[in-house]
Amino acid sequence: MSEENITLTPKDFATDQDVRWCPGCGDYSILKQVQTIMPELDVPKEDIVFISGIGCSSRFPYYMNTYGMHSIHGRATSVASGLKLANPNTSVWVVTGDGDGLSIGGNHLIHLLRRNLDVNILLFNNEIYGLTKGQYSPTSPVGQVTKSSPMGAIDHPFNPLALALGADATFIARTADRDPLHQREMLLRSHKHKGSSFLEIYQNCNVFNDGAFEVMTDKKGRPFTTLYLEHGKPLVFANGEKGIILDGLKPKVVNLGADYSESDLWIHDEHDQTKAYILTRMFEDPQDGLPRPFGVLYSEERPLYEDLLEGQLVSAKAIKGEGNLDALIAGSNTWDVK
Amino acid sequence: MSQHEVSKVTILFSGDSGDGIQLTGSEFSHTAALYGNDLSTFPDFPAEIRAPQGTVAGVSGFKLNFGSEAIYTPGGSVDVLVVMNAAALKKNLSDLKEDGFIIANSAGFDKRNLKLAGYPDDSDVLSELRESHRVLDLDVTKLTREALKDSSLGTKDRDRSKNMFVLGFLYWIYGRSLDRTTQFLETKFAKKPEIASANITVLKAGYHYGETIEASLPRYIVKPAKLEAGTYRNISGNQGLAIGLIAAAEKSNLPLFYGSYPITPASDILHELSRHKNFGVKTFQAEDEIAAVTSAIGASFGGNLGVTASSGPGIALKTEAIGLAIMLELPLVIVNVQRGGPSTGLPTKTEQADLLQAVYGRNGEAPMPVIAAHSPSDTFSTAIEACKIAIEHMTPVMVLSDGYIANGSEPWKFPNAKDLPTINPPKAKLDGGEYLPYQRDEKLVRSWAVPGEAGGEHRVGGLEKEENTGNVSYDPENHERMVKIRAEKVQRIANSFTPLEMEEGETSGDILVLGWGSTFGAIKVAVRELRGDGVHVSHLHLRHVSPFPNDLEELLKSFKRVLIPEINNGQLVKLIRDQYLIDAKSLCKIQGLPFRSSEIKAAVMEEVRILTQMQES
Repeated sequence: MSEENITLTPKDFATDQDVRWCPGCGDYSILKQVQTIMPELDVPKEDIVFISGIGCSSRFPYYMNTYGMHSIHGRATSVASGLKLANPNTSVWVVTGDGDGLSIGGNHLIHLLRRNLDVNILLFNNEIYGLTKGQYSPTSPVGQVTKSSPMGAIDHPFNPLALALGADATFIARTADRDPLHQREMLLRSHKHKGSSFLEIYQNCNVFNDGAFEVMTDKKGRPFTTLYLEHGKPLVFANGEKGIILDGLKPKVVNLGADYSESDLWIHDEHDQTKAYILTRMFEDPQDGLPRPFGVLYSEERPLYEDLLEGQLVSAKAIKGEGNLDALIAGSNTWDVK
Repeated sequence: MSQHEVSKVTILFSGDSGDGIQLTGSEFSHTAALYGNDLSTFPDFPAEIRAPQGTVAGVSGFKLNFGSEAIYTPGGSVDVLVVMNAAALKKNLSDLKEDGFIIANSAGFDKRNLKLAGYPDDSDVLSELRESHRVLDLDVTKLTREALKDSSLGTKDRDRSKNMFVLGFLYWIYGRSLDRTTQFLETKFAKKPEIASANITVLKAGYHYGETIEASLPRYIVKPAKLEAGTYRNISGNQGLAIGLIAAAEKSNLPLFYGSYPITPASDILHELSRHKNFGVKTFQAEDEIAAVTSAIGASFGGNLGVTASSGPGIALKTEAIGLAIMLELPLVIVNVQRGGPSTGLPTKTEQADLLQAVYGRNGEAPMPVIAAHSPSDTFSTAIEACKIAIEHMTPVMVLSDGYIANGSEPWKFPNAKDLPTINPPKAKLDGGEYLPYQRDEKLVRSWAVPGEAGGEHRVGGLEKEENTGNVSYDPENHERMVKIRAEKVQRIANSFTPLEMEEGETSGDILVLGWGSTFGAIKVAVRELRGDGVHVSHLHLRHVSPFPNDLEELLKSFKRVLIPEINNGQLVKLIRDQYLIDAKSLCKIQGLPFRSSEIKAAVMEEVRILTQMQES
C-alpha cells in the first residue's frame, strides 16, 4: 500500500460523470457504500477494476474512478475471468444484475463460480428488467404482472444463492440496499474472501418494481421477516423473541422463552455446506413462515484458479526450462538442404 | 525389376476411419520430407469419430503429393490409390489417373465389405478393375497376422498394425528408409514396447514383401527436390499458427492469453498452445465461444496479448464481442479456421465462405483488419503480422485460415527468432498529466494504459465515446466523427503494407488470376503451367483482404480480365467489384474440396477465348 492511498477518501473514487440512475433508485446507496469502503481495502487505486455487463446496474464502472469496463450483456464475468488471469494482482469487482447475471450471462456466472477465481461479484437483484423499461426477470415471482406478462409471469424464478451454491461457489452472501451498515460489512467480507464472492444485493427499482423487498426492508416488519446471520451465533430474529431450530433437515421457527432457549437453536456455521443449502432454501414468502436470511450463508477456502494456472506455468518452466523460441520454431525433426 | 524416375507422385491412402490412415499418411510425409522431397498433404476425414465401419461415409483419406520439383498442392488425380476396403475404392476410384496404380487390401473386399460399400456382394470388383488398371491386391490382414504369429498380442491388437504393412510396402516401392518411422514408433509406444515391436515387425514385413514379389512390380525413384538451401521442418497450418502466436508474444514482450472453446478444425491450436506453458502461455478452455472471446478481451484489457480462435459457427457467436473490441480499441486476434457452412455445415471439409462474415459481419459500422494465410507454413508469418497489427494499431484483427491449410502440411524453411519483426505496444506515457484514453497519434492509434499503472485509471465500454476523453457521448456530430475515425484508423493500416508482389507473371497483361487463402497452390501451378504454354496470365495472391493494399487498384486495372477463384459462391469478387468497379469474373467451387489446378486452367482458357473473341469482333 502506497503512502498516497492511506490518505484516499471515498471522494477520490468518484468520477466527474453525472450519475444517471432514476432519482430514488437503490443503486445510489450501493454506489455510496462501495465508494466508502474502497479506501479501506488496502489496495492501491490503480489495482482496482470494476467490470460490468449491460443493464441499469452495469453503468456502475463509469462512476468509479478506478480502471473499469462496461462490457456487453451478460459477459462481465467472462471478461473479468480473462482480466484476472492476465493480471492477477488486480482487485476485480463484477457489477451485474438479475437479467445480466442470471439470464443472458447465467452460463458464465456458474463457470466463474466453479473455477473460483478471486473476483467479487455484486449481483443487484431488483426482480425486474429496468433498462428495457419493465419486463419480468429470471428472479421475478410467479404471477408478477409486467409489460411482458400482463396475465402474470409463469416462469419459475431462480433462487440466486441456491444457484450459486449449486455451482460450488466458495462464498455466498445476501444484503439489501436499504441497510447501508450491513451492506458495508458484506462488501468488506466479499473483498476479504480469497475466491469468487457472490453477494446478492436486494435493490429496489422504484420505477418499475417499487417495493419488491418492502416486507424485508421496512423498519416495522423487518425484524419478523429477516434473519441476520453471524458465524457461531444462534439463529434469532423477531427482536429476540423467535429462533430457528433444525428438526432433522427441516428448519422450524420456535418461540424463545418457556419452551426454548438460545442454547436449543441452530448455531450458524458458515463453513457447513449442507446447512448453507438449507439456508438458501429459506426462500418462500417470509411473511408466511421462515424469515429470509441475510449475511454470509457460506464460505470456504478452495485453491484459486489463477494460482493453479500460474502453478502450471511455473512447473512447465521447471520441467522443460524457460521457453526457447528458436527451438520451438525448429521443432523436433529438421533436415538440411545444401 | 524395373526402376522409373519420376518428378512427382500423388498417393492417396484411404480406408476406414479406424484404419490408421492419417498416421500412415503423415509418417510417409515425414519420411519423404527428411529425404528431401518437396511435398504437400491433405487429410480428408469424416466428421464422425468412428463413422459406420466399412461404409463410404466412414472413409478416411490422406492425400500426399511429393516430388523432386516444387510442390504447391496435394495434387489432383492420384498416381497411387491405396484402399484398405471396398468403400475406400468406391469413394476414390474416380480420383485415379487412367494409368494409375491401385494397391488393395483384399481382406477388405469380402462379401460384407462389398455390401457395405454398395457393390453387389458376389462381385469380383478387383478382377474387373484389372481390365482397366494396374491392381496389386494383397491380403494385408492375413500377412500382418502371419508376421506377428509369435507375438503375445491379441488378434485385435495385431490387426491394428496392418497400416504399417502398407507403409512398409510403399517405402519399398519408393526406396525409402524405415528409420524415421521406426524411431517414431519406439517413441510413441515407449511405454508399450510390445506394441512398438509388433508395429516395427509389420513395417519391416511390408518392406520385405516388396522385395519378395519385386519381379512383378515397378519401383519409382523420386529424387530430392532442389529446394532453396537451408534448414527445413515439416509444418501443418494449425501448428504454424500456434507457434506464430507464441513468437508474436515473445516479440512484443506480452504474455499470450488464449481463450478458446473446442471446435473442428481449430482445436489443434488449443492443443498445441497448451503444450507450451513454459513460454508463459495461458490457455483458457472457456465454457463457450462467447466466454472464449470475452476472456481474451479481458486479458487484453489487463495487458496481455488476447487471442481466440474458432471456426465459422463459433465466430458467429463471438461477433458481438468483436464489436466491443472495436469500440474499446484493444488488441485482439481472432482466428477463423474456416470449414464448410452455413450452420454446422461440413465440419471436417474446407471452405472459404466466411470472408464476408469477417469483413462485414457485425452490427453497426465496425471495420476490422482481415488477413488470410495461403498455405500451412504461411500461417506462421500471418499470425505474427496479425498480432503486430492488433497491438501496434490497437484493434481486433481477424486471421482467416481454413480446414485445408490447418490440417495440410508442407516443408518449411523456418526463420531465426532474431529475424522476426519486433512488435511495439503503444504504452501510455503516464507522467502525471491527465490520461486521455482516446487521444490518438498520427496513425489514429490510442495509447494503452493497463490496470496496475498508477495515473492511467480510466473506463472503457461499448457505448459511443467522446473523442479524446472516452467519456460516454450521445452527441450526434461526435458519433459521426468517431465512426469516420475508426474507419480511417483501419484504412491507414494499409500504409504499412509492403508493396504487392506478383506470384507469377508480369504486373500487367491479358489475364490476372487473383486469389486469397488456400487457393494459392492450385492457382500457382495452373498459372505456371499456362505460362509455360505461352498464355499471358499472371497470378497475384492477397494476404490483406481488408483493408486492401493501396497499390491493388492500379494493378487490377492493368489487366484486361481478372479471374477470382474461390472455394465459396463468390465473395472476394464482390469486395473487388464494389471497391474498384471492375468486371472481375468469379470461379466458384463449393464442394468442401480444394481446387485442382486443372479447373483453374480451364477457367483461364475460357477467359483467353473470350478475349480472343473480343479482339476479333
